[in-house]
Amino acid sequence: MKIIQLSVFLENTAGRLREVTGILSRAGINIRALSLAETADFGILRLIVSDAKKALEVLRTANFTVRETPILAVEVPDQPGGLHGLLEALAEAGMNIEYVYGFVEKRSDNAIIVIRVEEPDRAIAVLQAKGFTVLGNREIGTL
Amino acid sequence: MYWNQQEECMPVELLRQRQLARLQKTVARVYERVPFYRQRMDAVGVKPADIRSLDDLRLLPFTTKNDMREGYPFGLFAVPLDEVVRIHSSSGTTGKPVVAGYTRADVALWANVMARTFVCGEVTSRDILQVAYGYGLFTGGLGAHYGAELIGATVIPMSGGNNKRQIMLMQDFGTTALACTPSYALALAEEASAMGVNARELKLRVGFFGAEPWPEDMRKAIEQRLNLKAIDIYGLTEIIGPGVGSECMEQNGLHLFEDHFFPEIINPDTGEVLPDGERGELVFTCLTKEAFPLLRFRTRDITRLIPGNCPCGRTFRRMEKVSDRTDDMLIIRGVNVFPSQIETVLLTIEEAEPHFQIIVKREGPLDELEVLFEVDERHFSDEVKVLQAIEQKVAREIESAIGLRATVRLVEPKTIERSMGKRKRVIDLRKEQKP
Ligand SMILES: [Zn+2]
Repeated sequence: MKIIQLSVFLENTAGRLREVTGILSRAGINIRALSLAETADFGILRLIVSDAKKALEVLRTANFTVRETPILAVEVPDQPGGLHGLLEALAEAGMNIEYVYGFVEKRSDNAIIVIRVEEPDRAIAVLQAKGFTVLGNREIGTL
Repeated sequence: MYWNQQEECMPVELLRQRQLARLQKTVARVYERVPFYRQRMDAVGVKPADIRSLDDLRLLPFTTKNDMREGYPFGLFAVPLDEVVRIHSSSGTTGKPVVAGYTRADVALWANVMARTFVCGEVTSRDILQVAYGYGLFTGGLGAHYGAELIGATVIPMSGGNNKRQIMLMQDFGTTALACTPSYALALAEEASAMGVNARELKLRVGFFGAEPWPEDMRKAIEQRLNLKAIDIYGLTEIIGPGVGSECMEQNGLHLFEDHFFPEIINPDTGEVLPDGERGELVFTCLTKEAFPLLRFRTRDITRLIPGNCPCGRTFRRMEKVSDRTDDMLIIRGVNVFPSQIETVLLTIEEAEPHFQIIVKREGPLDELEVLFEVDERHFSDEVKVLQAIEQKVAREIESAIGLRATVRLVEPKTIERSMGKRKRVIDLRKEQKP
C-alpha cells in the first residue's frame, strides 16, 4: 500500500517553510510527518498530510511547485535495531533507498518509517514477506 | 509568390553589381550635398572615388543615433525641403526625436518594399488587410497602408486602439490579413475573448508583426490564439520605416531588401566588419533613398546574417530574428554576453523553463554571473540530486555556449517577474556597487 507524499520546492527554505505551514494550518490540514532536504540554494520539503488532495490544491493556488510522490510507510518496533532490520531486509533484496525519515505514532509503541524506493510495489512484497506491516492511508490517518 | 521576381530572385552576382553601382552613386551624392558627411569623410581622408568595391564600404565612417540628434531636424537631408513630400518621426530613446524626410520617389520606394513584405506573406488583391499600426508621425501605419494599396488589397485603415471596433470590423468585413505590433495582436485576441468572439474562427490568415522585439513563444501564442501565420517584419525610421526586411512563408529568418538597404554586421566594440554567420551589430547603408540617405547607420540591433539559400527562391540574405540590442550587451570578465545566448541554451534543455534572469555582480575583483531559472512542475523532483543535476547541466551548457562559468540557481515559478514581450532579463548590480 502506497501513501502519497507531497514534495514542495522551496527557494528560500526558512521563510517559505513558514508560509507552507501557515497555508496548511488555515486550510485545516494536519501535518503527519515532514522532512526537509536542503542545499545551499534550495530545499525540498516532503510532507505527509491528513488530506493530500486538498493540500495539493491550496499549495498550487499559492504558486508553490508541488508534486505527488508515492512512498511507503512501514511500522517498526520503537526500540534499538528497529530501523536497522527494515534496511537490512531491503538491502538483501538489492533495493536502493532514495531517502528515509521517521516519526513515532502516539497510539502505539511503534515508530513509522517513511521510505522512498524506486520500485515501491516490489518493496511492499519484500517487506510483507519479512513480516513488516506496511501501512495504508487509513492507518496513518491520511484519508 | 513574389512581388517582383526579377528583383527579389536576382542572381547574387548581378545583385552585388547593382548594389555597388547604387552605393557609388549615393556616396557621391551625399558627399556633395550633406555637409555632415563631407566633413566626416574628409576627416578620415576618404573621397567618393575611393569606393571601388562593396568591401570599400568599410572605409566610410559610421552614423549613430547621436548624429541624428546633432543634425536635428533636417541637417542630414540630401535634398532641399521643397523636394520633401512627407515627414515622419519617431521619439528617440534619449533627447531629440529622429526626423525622416521622403521625396516622391522615396514614398514610391517605400510602397514597393512594403508590397514585397506583404507578398512575402502571400497577400494578393483579394485580401482584406486591416492596418492597426498607428497612423501619423509613426512610420508603421502609412508605411503598411501604401504597400497594401500598391498590391491592390482592400485596406482598412484602422490605426491603433478602439479594440472592440477592430474585432467587429474583422467579423463584418472578413479581414484576412492583419498588420500591427505583436503585443497589440495579443491585446486584440484578449478583446475578442472578452467579447465572446472565437478569434480562431475569424477569417484571419496572416499577420505582419514588428516595431518591437518579440520572442518565439509570443509568436506561438499569437498563431495559436488568432489562428494565422505570424510573419516577423523589420524596419526603422532612420532607414525608411517598416519594409527593410521581412520573413517569407518559411519563417526562418528575415530577408533584407538589400538592393535598397545594404546590411553589414560589425563587432560593436571595435567596428570591425564580421563575416556572414557571425553575430554582431546590424548596420545599414541606404543605396537608393533621396531625401534621407544614411551611410553605415548603426541600428544597435544584434543579429547575424544566416548563411545559405532560402527555399523560397529569394536571393536577398536573411537575418536572424532580432533578439538583443547592443544596449543589452554585458561585458563579463572581458567577454561579451547577450541575454539571448543564455535563453537559447535554456530552450534546448528540456528540463529548464526559458524564464530566466541574469544577475551580474562583482565579488572582490571578479565579475560573477548568476543565472536564475524557474523550476518546472513537470521536471520537479523530490530528490535533491535530480535537481542539482539539472542545475549542473544548465551550467555546463552555458559555459560551452559563452565560455564563462555561471552560478546556476533554480528558483520558484513566478519569482522572475514577467510581462509580455518585455521582461527584466538582466540585473546588473555592478552599476550600483561602487568599486
Ligand atoms: Zn525565403
